Amino acid sequence: MISRKDVEHIAELADIGLAPEEVEEFTHQFNLILDYFEILDQLPAEGGWTRTDTEDLNVMREDLVVPSLPQHEAIMNASAREDGFIKAPRVM
Amino acid sequence: MRTVTEERGVIIGLEVHTQLSTASKLFCGCSTDYREDEPNTHVCPVCLGLPGSLPVINRRAVEYALKVAKALNCRVAEECEFARKNYFYPDLPKGFQITMYDRPIGTQGYVDIEGEDGEKRIGITRIHLEEDPGRLVHAGEGDRPKYTLVDYNRSGIPLLEIVTDPDLRSPKEARRFLNALRTTLEYLGVFEGDREGALRVDANISIEGQNRVEIKNISSYKGVEKALTFEITRQRGMMRRGLGIERETRHFMEARGITTSSRSKEVEHDYRYFPEPDLRPLRVRSWLDRIQLPEMPAARRERFMVQYGVSLTHARTLTGELRLAEFYEKVAHVDALLAATWVADTLLGELNYRDQSITALPPERFEALLRMLKSGAITDRGAVEILRRMLDAAARHEPIETPERIMKSLDLGRDNATDLMAMAAEVVSSNASAVSDYRSGKREALNFLVGQMMKRTRGKADPRELRRVLESILTSG
Ligand SMILES: [Zn+2]
Repeated sequence: MISRKDVEHIAELADIGLAPEEVEEFTHQFNLILDYFEILDQLPAEGGWTRTDTEDLNVMREDLVVPSLPQHEAIMNASAREDGFIKAPRVM
Repeated sequence: MRTVTEERGVIIGLEVHTQLSTASKLFCGCSTDYREDEPNTHVCPVCLGLPGSLPVINRRAVEYALKVAKALNCRVAEECEFARKNYFYPDLPKGFQITMYDRPIGTQGYVDIEGEDGEKRIGITRIHLEEDPGRLVHAGEGDRPKYTLVDYNRSGIPLLEIVTDPDLRSPKEARRFLNALRTTLEYLGVFEGDREGALRVDANISIEGQNRVEIKNISSYKGVEKALTFEITRQRGMMRRGLGIERETRHFMEARGITTSSRSKEVEHDYRYFPEPDLRPLRVRSWLDRIQLPEMPAARRERFMVQYGVSLTHARTLTGELRLAEFYEKVAHVDALLAATWVADTLLGELNYRDQSITALPPERFEALLRMLKSGAITDRGAVEILRRMLDAAARHEPIETPERIMKSLDLGRDNATDLMAMAAEVVSSNASAVSDYRSGKREALNFLVGQMMKRTRGKADPRELRRVLESILTSG
């Protein structure tokens, strides 16, 4: 069971401000999601994919350089920019 | 009286982050060679954390990590796995860092260093791979910047984190450990020490019975000794005043040589690690057998003493940096001992003074200089002058003239070089008994002969040089 306190804690870690009624709403939603996973946990593992399968282990690429994005494209989604940097709120 | 840092009871553990010298990043093909470039020009959807992008592991980064694990005598588990470390900070575009948590590459290794009382084994708790975060520039004046500028060129550079057991007992031991580690990484060819930010250190330090303090992000490995020394003095000062040591994280202010408390009331660390769902585990322990380690520093040190007959001190200095060892081996054939002194003492001293790297000087130039010294064509003082001219030219990115040309242009040549040889020959032939004493193993007899030559030059010559001229005659005749 997820409590209001858990939601408040996670909101703080994620640096998100929640109104009291939102905390209520998210607590309810979190619990619905966890309930759903409990149903999934009851599925038999046989025949399905498990993390111990070995065939697709060691998926790697060679150390080759491929072209990067041009600077304007790289930062075009940022809400604020300056001299090629992405501008973010003060963090110190 | 013992100084503060020499008292017993200091416990230090280090977390070292080193950038591996791969060509591309850990999870994407962006180039790692970003240092002189504009911000955000070595980025792609993967290292910008754009939705829908997926990481793919760089094989060479894994290979390098295994190389280090082997060289540091670590155990490598059958399977290792990446994990997400969740926290919000603008240097992480995804809101999490891909790192390793409970299944790292290597555990329980060790490094032998020269400790405060003889050889000492420093335990390696673990080594693991992770991605470097981006770089933040805090804009605005003074203590309270107005905003932060973010450059993701560094985001996704492969980092190897190496964590030691709390086995270090002084700042000096910490420095020695870092030197040994750095040399090992250089010998393995997985690391470029000259790169800015290539080696960064967090240190945990406590005085026995007191709380542990973490010092974050010491960006130069030379700063580590300074930061630790300051911190020990600060903590002992607190204890003397009857105050306890608070468990906290502090930052090292490189320029001022002090540590300060990170005032921000950080939320209790809660990274909510979980296995990285976008990457499959690695089963690479079997690669270890195929990895051939090169000759490591300790082996090379021993070989230098046996093969070239150099002293332990010189062998240690010469093998303490890979490129220095390679440089020495290129010039040693002129005269192994003369070369050892001139590389380890004179050349290294000049380089350190100028903050220049050994790559500044082509070995052929130094080799020519050694030959001139050996033949007596120049004095020691002249050779130092020529060396400085060559290094100055290198610093100005000008072509480096041959030592012969520099000698001629500065008129440093010694007209009396042949006179000196003739004089030495004369002294040798007119002091037969001292010569036979010397040849029968009485080294002091050489001092007598040097004295005879000093008399003839009326004390103007350099005794070290006279000794060399005499020795060359005595051993050839
Ligand atoms: Zn990228």
